[in-house]
Amino acid sequence: MKLTFEQSAAGRQGVKLPASDVPVKVVLAAKYVRANAAPLPEMSELDVVRHFTRLSQRNFSVDANFYPLGSCTMKYNPKFTEKLAGLSGFADLHPLLPQLRGGEKYAQGALEVIYECERWLCEITGMKAYTMQPLAGAHGELTGIMLMAAYHKAKGNTNKKFIIVPDSAHGTNPASAAVAGYSIISVPSDKRGVMDLAKLKAVLTPEVAGLMMTCPDTHGVFNPQIDEISRLIHSVDGIMYYDGANLNAILGRARPGDLGFDVVHLNLHKTFATPHGGGGPGSGPVGVTEKLEPFLPISRVVKRADGVLALDYNHADSIGYIASFYGAFGIILRAYAYMLILGREGLKQTADHAVLNANYLLHKLKGHYQVAFDRVCMHECLFSASKQLERGVHAIDIAKFLIDRNIHPPTVYFPLTVKEAIMVEPTETESRETLDEFAAAMIEAAELAQKDPEVFHFLPRTMPISRPDETKAAREVKVNFFA
Amino acid sequence: MEIIERFLYTKEHEWVNIEDNIGTVGITEYAQSALGDITYVELPGVDKEVEQFEQLLSVESVKSASDIFSPISGRVIEVNEDLADDPSILNRYCYDKGWIVKIEMVDEDETSNLLTADEYRNYLASLDRNDTGDSVED
Amino acid sequence: MNPYIANTPEDVRLMLEAVGARAIDDLFVDIQPRQSPRSFDLPAGLSEYEVVRHISALSLKNMVGPVPFMGGGYYDHYVPAACSALISRGEFYTAYTPYQPECAQGTLQALYEFQSCICALTGMEVANASLYEGGTALYEAMMMAVRLTGRKKIVIDGGVSPIYRKILDSYTHSLHIVFVEVPVAHGQADRAALVQALDDQTAALILQNPNFFGTIDDHTDIIEKAHACGALVIESVYPVSLGLLKTPAEMNADIVTGEGQSLGLALNFGGPYLGFMATRKKFIRQLPGRIVGETVDAQGRRCFVNTLQAREQHIRREKATSNICTNVALCATQATIFMSLIGRQGLRQLAQLNLDKAEFLKSRLSALKGVEVKRSAPTFNEFTVRLPRNANDVIEAMMARGFAAGFPLGRYYKGMDDYLLIAVTEKRTRDEMLAYCQALAEVLGV
Repeated sequence: MKLTFEQSAAGRQGVKLPASDVPVKVVLAAKYVRANAAPLPEMSELDVVRHFTRLSQRNFSVDANFYPLGSCTMKYNPKFTEKLAGLSGFADLHPLLPQLRGGEKYAQGALEVIYECERWLCEITGMKAYTMQPLAGAHGELTGIMLMAAYHKAKGNTNKKFIIVPDSAHGTNPASAAVAGYSIISVPSDKRGVMDLAKLKAVLTPEVAGLMMTCPDTHGVFNPQIDEISRLIHSVDGIMYYDGANLNAILGRARPGDLGFDVVHLNLHKTFATPHGGGGPGSGPVGVTEKLEPFLPISRVVKRADGVLALDYNHADSIGYIASFYGAFGIILRAYAYMLILGREGLKQTADHAVLNANYLLHKLKGHYQVAFDRVCMHECLFSASKQLERGVHAIDIAKFLIDRNIHPPTVYFPLTVKEAIMVEPTETESRETLDEFAAAMIEAAELAQKDPEVFHFLPRTMPISRPDETKAAREVKVNFFA
Repeated sequence: MEIIERFLYTKEHEWVNIEDNIGTVGITEYAQSALGDITYVELPGVDKEVEQFEQLLSVESVKSASDIFSPISGRVIEVNEDLADDPSILNRYCYDKGWIVKIEMVDEDETSNLLTADEYRNYLASLDRNDTGDSVED
Repeated sequence: MNPYIANTPEDVRLMLEAVGARAIDDLFVDIQPRQSPRSFDLPAGLSEYEVVRHISALSLKNMVGPVPFMGGGYYDHYVPAACSALISRGEFYTAYTPYQPECAQGTLQALYEFQSCICALTGMEVANASLYEGGTALYEAMMMAVRLTGRKKIVIDGGVSPIYRKILDSYTHSLHIVFVEVPVAHGQADRAALVQALDDQTAALILQNPNFFGTIDDHTDIIEKAHACGALVIESVYPVSLGLLKTPAEMNADIVTGEGQSLGLALNFGGPYLGFMATRKKFIRQLPGRIVGETVDAQGRRCFVNTLQAREQHIRREKATSNICTNVALCATQATIFMSLIGRQGLRQLAQLNLDKAEFLKSRLSALKGVEVKRSAPTFNEFTVRLPRNANDVIEAMMARGFAAGFPLGRYYKGMDDYLLIAVTEKRTRDEMLAYCQALAEVLGV
């Protein structure tokens, strides 16, 4: 498909601008002015609309395809939240308004959304307070680690150097810890897929600043000894960090705060059904227990004695500004609306059906694919294409087969602890019929791998492109139409 | 798997060819094959000082980044600029045109920490034996 | 009833039977009784209509009525309907990160076009596929300069957004980075003081154009001085202004960042917004965030993929260039649609309109007794005035007359309580501006 730039014709324009109604035409000194106009494409409105409509048709999406991408929680995104985010009272609200003296009175509705969302998340996760500011899960992680560092500094814990992560951890965990200046100790999982307690004890020293993990972990398993792990980490005044990537599995069944976690980041685009947007915008609120509350970023949204909501910047121990404003407000609003519609029962049903759906797929597929951990799973089930590899068929080949069936592939090659990993997360919003179709396609792929493994190398066949040359992309580095 | 008899090797699959106190360093056939299509070589600066077995540079393939360690201590006196333009040379000619850096050696005794061609060949064979294949559990 | 769950009681029965469990509770055996929630005290769910009614009522508790003259880096530009309509397609907004290029060419090509548009605007050679927002993008640019130079001192011009400045402070507490901030002189970068601050320990000089006070500058000379010290130069820019203004590439800047809200995104009470970053091709390995590259498929057809992933967290883990794994793909797509609609000539016209209208208000305000308009340097669509009274008092009185008069500089700067920052976009009419002047005259009693 042509690029916009290749469709450009001099003189076309897709927006009509107002004529100037002022008797002024400024001519800036030449040194302040660019030599040539920015070479943006020149297109009519229809050309632009058709181009981007056609581009959209080259995407798989939750609206059109089953999307069982493990660890990403690609659940359905309700339509009504889109409508709410577009309300003028929110969309046209300038973020600096509440920073005027007494300006909070101009933004009471928006501040209420943030305040109430924080209260819901506190109750859902068992935390004392939240900041809604982090703009993605990884941003929340970085914020959480900064809170951990601030805590240790305030307590005079100058010897803290290490953060423990399980070997199955998402790559952002070590990356976030490193950005905040900590080194990583990776602890292996035992045969059941959970962190090996003996090996944890072996590396536990007073120099451990904390431990970061998802729960259930990235093997799709809930660690029954999680509270014992918390006790061990707390015994060296370490901080328990909860990566909320997998919260969907335990909504209403367990709360990170009750399990001993001190700091939590959530991904609103996972658990709370806000759209993934092709890779963002996300939203990664961070919750803390009482001991970390003084360090939360500013501003904080507070309710004054007179019931008025206001921004509070007056926290001497705060880690400061971590973003320009109060978070990805449009996303927070969608998540809040979703929580209101689900309520207490709806949230519990979410976990129940997410876990039921995953176990159903686990049982349907375990005769056909190697199961990583043969036990009850939580919201996702983990396979390996090792049997298929004996015939030369890799996990990525299975993925490409599914694309031809109009199914978005599961996550492949993650977690790194399982070779040829295929991680399937169906989510609660999918029907039994959809799961059956997916299982049938997966079984067909497994059978084809036995019968005719060669054919996989030519898949997918039905897409506009097939098997892009990623080596060429990385060697030649063409990332700009103009250069 | 090609191995050059007169070179010395590390267990991390680097080779060094020492002539007149200058060590030419590269990666072995085994390494280039394990890395797959190399897309980028992050060359060190000339004059960089390295210790034996310390990280010298890194190479990237599409989905991995790997550290390359120095077989000897010394100062980098030359880097192979051709690799910056065409990293595929490392895949195609890892023992000659695909050399990476030349290092002025400071301690000849360090060669005793390296493997001879025979030792490296045996080491590769032992890796093969230990490779348990692709089973998931254990 | 839960509209987002398809499983009926009969489905549940069949599925449990297949799994070999008696009840859903059996699937949660790993959660011990002692680990049950101590509380889960939440209200019952509402119907869709009830939620819509409740949240619509909340939206009315916000004040969006007053005519906006407030900017501070975030502007009330018009968003064309085609922009919102296209971005509302579920194929865009309910997709995820393009990990499987065969079924994500839509997002990938849009991001490639975004990168190319950012290069077209800034004149730079390469751009990434977006970052969270302008402030955190500036932090990422600063860390990129620290990595590239191996130095830890940052010289920052006083014209850089004070909001961004606070972000840089928070992230660098434990990283031993030294900041030297040089206040502006007569609205522009203070050459003499900046040169004095630059030395061979300086990793980066950070500049902003137009700066926070709205002033335009040509930084070519000071950039040359910074380069002579071996420092890199980061320029934070306002994309709409680049319809007219000298590009950072023409000034020879090394890294360019900015806030892309003005490119077709609503104000949204602070987000989601759009950070962008562009640089020289030789620095691309240190550029953080996702990057989309062109390649061909097995049959030689042009296509697009995430590239240079070996820099990223999911491969390098603790050695990654940044912990970022999210861009704001949807906002970047929205901005790309906007830039494709407005086009080459349109952006220039838009910039000229903003400039002319702001100049009109400026000249009218300077006729008001007691209002001192700063005229030492040219401005773009925002400018600073000094009032005879506390700016917050004036803003409050103006609000009562139906105007969001501007932003009080005293909020971020000591000793500037009487200063007001006023923004004018293409949406403001002559009549609105005349009425603004009239109201201000009344408020000031002149």
